[in-house]
Amino acid sequence: MSEQRIRVLIAKPGLDGHDRGAKVVARALRDAGMEVIYTGLRQTPEMIAEAALQEDVDAVGLSILSGAHMALVPRVLELLKANGQEQVKVFLGGIVPDEDVPVLMDMGVIGIYGPGTLSETYVNDIRKAVSSSTS
Amino acid sequence: MTSAKPSRLLPADATQMKEQNLAQAILAGDRLALARTLSQIENGSPTGRDTLSELFQYTGKAHLVGITGASGTGKSSLVNQLTRHIRQSDSQQRVAIVAVDPTSPFTGGAILGDRIRMRDLAGDPGVFIRSMATRGSLGGIASATASIVQVLDAAGFDLVLIETVGAGQSEVDIARLAHTTIVVESPGLGDDIQAIKAGIMEIADIFVVNKADLPGVENTERALRSSLNLAHPIPHHFLHHGQLETSLSSERSSDTSVAEWMPPILRTVALDGNGIGELDRAIRDHRNYLESSGDWEIRERWRLQTEFDLLLQSTLVDGFLSHLPAGEYEHTLDEIILKHLSPFEAVAKLVHGNA
Repeated sequence: MSEQRIRVLIAKPGLDGHDRGAKVVARALRDAGMEVIYTGLRQTPEMIAEAALQEDVDAVGLSILSGAHMALVPRVLELLKANGQEQVKVFLGGIVPDEDVPVLMDMGVIGIYGPGTLSETYVNDIRKAVSSSTS
Repeated sequence: MTSAKPSRLLPADATQMKEQNLAQAILAGDRLALARTLSQIENGSPTGRDTLSELFQYTGKAHLVGITGASGTGKSSLVNQLTRHIRQSDSQQRVAIVAVDPTSPFTGGAILGDRIRMRDLAGDPGVFIRSMATRGSLGGIASATASIVQVLDAAGFDLVLIETVGAGQSEVDIARLAHTTIVVESPGLGDDIQAIKAGIMEIADIFVVNKADLPGVENTERALRSSLNLAHPIPHHFLHHGQLETSLSSERSSDTSVAEWMPPILRTVALDGNGIGELDRAIRDHRNYLESSGDWEIRERWRLQTEFDLLLQSTLVDGFLSHLPAGEYEHTLDEIILKHLSPFEAVAKLVHGNA
């Protein structure tokens, strides 16, 4: 009797304190039948990677509004890899300038979802990305 | 900093890990192998079962502590402070935390937010936190939690804290997994109703009134104490017409050599750590009591029997249902709904072939 659930970590790295977006995404993923581990504000990349490891998540969502994404995202990706979790999908929410998008996608980020994104968009992207790596 | 150890112990592609490797890696302290095995067990996969079977001989050392209570009583903050205190006073003690939250019955999803309150524990290699949703599989959350706790036990954690919300039957089931059960209350949260709830009073080994800096703490404590006296009858000394009298409870308590355990009621303030040292001491006291009274063995037997029974039931039911002709179960259910068969007759028909 096997029942697999997609597990997603939602974290807010950096110092800005606006977590409304992260909570909305967490709820949308819950409503899509996923198990969402919500870690709250002011997480360091080390804390995020450690939680991703202990919780054995399939995906990590980072909410960044501070503009520090070009520093935080590569660090999280690097730590996930060092822990043997390179298969974990990373997606972003928040404010990311257009010119940074291709750079981040090149690093391996599966999606960047700014304000106004429909929840189906990222729900479908996560499902697709996770199932492609487990099958 | 993160060393290259996990990737050295495991093949690069984690999905190809073999169960022998998983069990060996867990015993060698590999946290990724541990995390992956916990998922396999939650998913009910054969790999998870095989790994647990291999690890089972290494279980039985950890002290399993259940922490339950209504939502909003501050369980997660309490677990955070308690773990911090234990790690600070004895860095040899490794602590695992299993935080169970309910799955949404409508979508099957869940938001697991206990880590928010446990950020003080981040970065401590002697602590492992795992969030778990109840899911609602056949056999119940209790059996999956039992297996998860066993893997953590085998992985060498000295203390496993199992945190569950609420005071319902499934929480009582989870509490049965623990050697020591802590029930958390806080002032002003429908104390009387919570305290009267049968089942919860009996399973508690330690009561904690958290948020003890809030007004109303005396009322909560009084309500607990009065229902505690009902649940654990002990000889009472009271004044009756000026004479000291003793109401004797059962005879058993008078002729046992070890005094019976009377659940203490402790006040804590998880936010500033007040009372946490006393809670730690009460947990150790309870363990000492279990060991000296022989209750440790009794509880182990009871615990493993509960798990064995649950597993037996779910395996038999699964096996039975899988051999039924397609639609037979649904058809029989329809007959019950139409009042053609009573539930007893329906089961007799399915199992023995006669109504």
